[in-house]
Amino acid sequence: MITAGIDVGAKTIKLVLLEDGRNLAQRIAPAGFDTGSALDQLWAEVLAAAGGIRRDGIACVVATGAGRKEVAGADDLVTEVGAAAKGACFLFPTARTVIDVGAEEGRAVRCGDHGKVEDFAVNEKCAAGAGTFTEAMARALEVGVEELGRMSLRASKTVPMNAQCTVFAESEVVSLLHAKTPKEDISRAVHDAIASRITSMVRKVGFQKDVTLVGGMARNPGFIDSMQRALETEVLVPAEPEFVGALGAALIAAERVNERA
Amino acid sequence: MAATGKYPTRPLKCWNKAKELRQAYYEEYRTARERGALRWAGGAWSFGAVPAGLGRDVYSLTSEPYAASIAWDRKFSQECMEATEKKGYARDLCSYMRNYWGSLILDRYAFGGPFPKPDFIWQDHICCSHSKWYQVVTDMEPEIPFFSVDVSVGPHRELDANRLDYVVGQLHDGIEWLEKVTGRTYDDALLVEAIENECRSTSLWAEVCALNKAVPAPLDEKSMYSLYVFGTLMKHDPRVVELYRELRDEMKERVADGIAAVANERCRVMSDTQPPWAFLDVFRYLEEFGCVSVGSLYTFALIGMWEVKEDGTWGPRTTPIEKGIALTSRDQALRVLAEWNLSKPEWQHFYSPHLKSEMMIRIAREWKVDGVMLHYNRGCEGLTIGIAENRLALIEAGLPVMTFEGNMGDEREFDRGRTQARIDTFMETLGLRRIAV
Repeated sequence: MITAGIDVGAKTIKLVLLEDGRNLAQRIAPAGFDTGSALDQLWAEVLAAAGGIRRDGIACVVATGAGRKEVAGADDLVTEVGAAAKGACFLFPTARTVIDVGAEEGRAVRCGDHGKVEDFAVNEKCAAGAGTFTEAMARALEVGVEELGRMSLRASKTVPMNAQCTVFAESEVVSLLHAKTPKEDISRAVHDAIASRITSMVRKVGFQKDVTLVGGMARNPGFIDSMQRALETEVLVPAEPEFVGALGAALIAAERVNERA
Repeated sequence: MAATGKYPTRPLKCWNKAKELRQAYYEEYRTARERGALRWAGGAWSFGAVPAGLGRDVYSLTSEPYAASIAWDRKFSQECMEATEKKGYARDLCSYMRNYWGSLILDRYAFGGPFPKPDFIWQDHICCSHSKWYQVVTDMEPEIPFFSVDVSVGPHRELDANRLDYVVGQLHDGIEWLEKVTGRTYDDALLVEAIENECRSTSLWAEVCALNKAVPAPLDEKSMYSLYVFGTLMKHDPRVVELYRELRDEMKERVADGIAAVANERCRVMSDTQPPWAFLDVFRYLEEFGCVSVGSLYTFALIGMWEVKEDGTWGPRTTPIEKGIALTSRDQALRVLAEWNLSKPEWQHFYSPHLKSEMMIRIAREWKVDGVMLHYNRGCEGLTIGIAENRLALIEAGLPVMTFEGNMGDEREFDRGRTQARIDTFMETLGLRRIAV
C-alpha cells in the first residue's frame, strides 16, 4: 500500500511517499504564493523518483501544515502537532517529547506510545521562537543562516539577550555589534534565546525523555546545542528533520486506509 | 424537531422571551428619567437588591454585561478602546472597564442615543478594578454620587460573624447614603421582596445548569451566555425569576425527551472565564467535531448559587424561603443577602486558585467532560488570576486541557485563526475528526 503525506509549511512544502512504512521518495520546494503549482511540480518529481508510480495508485493522501486546507485532492487533514508526533515517534519510538520548530512556529508535544499526543504547546502570535527569527538575526549579523548555526558552536561566552520579539531582538543584536561583541557570541545568544522560549513550552507540557527535535530548525547545529544545554539532555535529531511532518502525515494516511479496511 | 444528528434537537421555547427581556432592560434604563424614575450604575456583582428598596421605579445599568455588549460590536468597541487610550489609560487594564469608559467618553450608548448617566453609583469592590472603575467615572462626572462596598472578607468557608458584620454594616451605611442622595424614603418591604427574588433566581439558574449534567446536554454554553446574563443584570427582578422558572421547566422537558443542544454530541468540554465576546463562533466551530461546551464555573456560578447535596454532588442552593426563614427586619434581611452573595462559588477563587481547581474538577466529573478549554483572558485579572495553577490541577486530575490566549473585551488580542488551529489539534488529541454538520 502506497500513501502520501504533504506538509504545507509557511516557507516550504514537503511531500513524502511511503510504501508499507518504507520511504519511496521525498521532495521539498518553496511554498511561494501558488501552492497548487508548487505541489503539482512536487508531485511530478516525487512520482518520477519513486519509479514512475501513478498518482491514482496512491491509496490515501493526508495533508498537514499551516496551508493544509489548500491541498487539492487530500483525503484527510491532520494538524502539524499530530503529524510531527507521529513522524518523530516512528523514527524514534522512545521519544516522549517532540520539539518541532519550523519557519513560523515552535511547538512542544508530549507523546504517549506510537506518537499519541497527550499535551501540546504552540508559540503565540510571534515568530521569535522559530526559524524566521534566525533568518532575521543572520541578516543583522550579515552572515548566512547556515553559517549562523556553525558560528554559534565557536562562541567563547554566553551573552544574555532579553528581547522577546524579532524587531527588538534585531536592535539588541545591533547594540551588541556596536559593543564589539564577537559575532560567534551573538549567534549563540540568538539560539539561546529561541531555546529558552521553546524550553518554557516543553516544561509547560511536561518534560519527559527521550526528546527529539524536528522541523527545519533542527538542521541548525547552533540551535541543537542551545536546546541541549537548556534542557540539560541529549536530543535526538533525525537525518532529515524537515520531512518529519510529511512523514507523519503519510503514516497517518496508512492508518486511515487500515481503518477503512 | 430536527433529527439530522445522533440526537433530536430543537430551539429553546423561551429564547424570544429572553431576548425581549434583555432589550427591555437596556431600554427601561435609557428611558427611566423620562418617567421620573431612578437610574443607578454598578457592577454585576453588586448588592442590587439594596437599591430596590428605593421604589419599584429604580433601574440599573450593570457595567460588565454592558461592556460585553459593546465588545460584541467590534467596531464600536474599537472606538471605545481608542477613546480610552487617547485619554491616557493603559491598554492592559480590565477590558470591560475600558469599553465602559469609552462609551462614556464618546457619549454613546450601545443601545442607541447618548450615554444615559446614572443618578448614583452602587458598586462593590470584588477585584482590584471594581471601585477604580467608578472612581474614574466620577473623575469624569463628579456630580454622580458613588458608594462602594468592600467585600474582602475571605472565602465563604472561613466566614464568621465578625466578617459578615463588616459587610452588613456597610450595607446599613449604604441604605442611609441612598436615602440621602436620592431624597427618597427607604422601604424595607421592597428590600425583602428583592432579596427573596434574588435567592430564587440565582438558585433556579443553578438548577438549570445542574440539568445540563444530562447526556446529551440540553443546553450549550454559547446559548447559556445569553441566558445567564439576567442574573448579572437584575437578579432581584421578578421577571428574571419567572424566566428562569420557565427555563428550568423547559430543561426538565428536554432532559426527559432526550433533546440535545448539539445533535451530534459525542464529546463534552468545559471552558473557563469570560469568552472573547466578539468571537463566540468559536463555540459553533467545536460543533463541527461533535463537541459541545456544557458550561463552566463561570457560566454556572457567576450568578448560580450552589450547595453540596446529600449524595455529595453539586445542586442548587436551598433558598431561605425554602428553609422557612422569614425576613422580618432590615438587619436580618441584609445578613441573609450578604451571606448568600459571599457564598457565590465564583467569588471564592479570588482568595486561592486551589479553591477554583476543586470546583472545576468537580464540574468536570459531574458534568462528564472529556476535556477543558482554558481562556487565558488578558482582559480580566480577577477571574483569570491563577488559571495556570488550575491548568496544572486539571491535568493532575487526568483531564486533557487546551489553553488559548485572548481577551473578553478587546478583539485586538484575539486571533481566531490561531485559536481554531489550536482547537483542531485539541480535538485531534481527543480522537475527534471533523464531521459533516
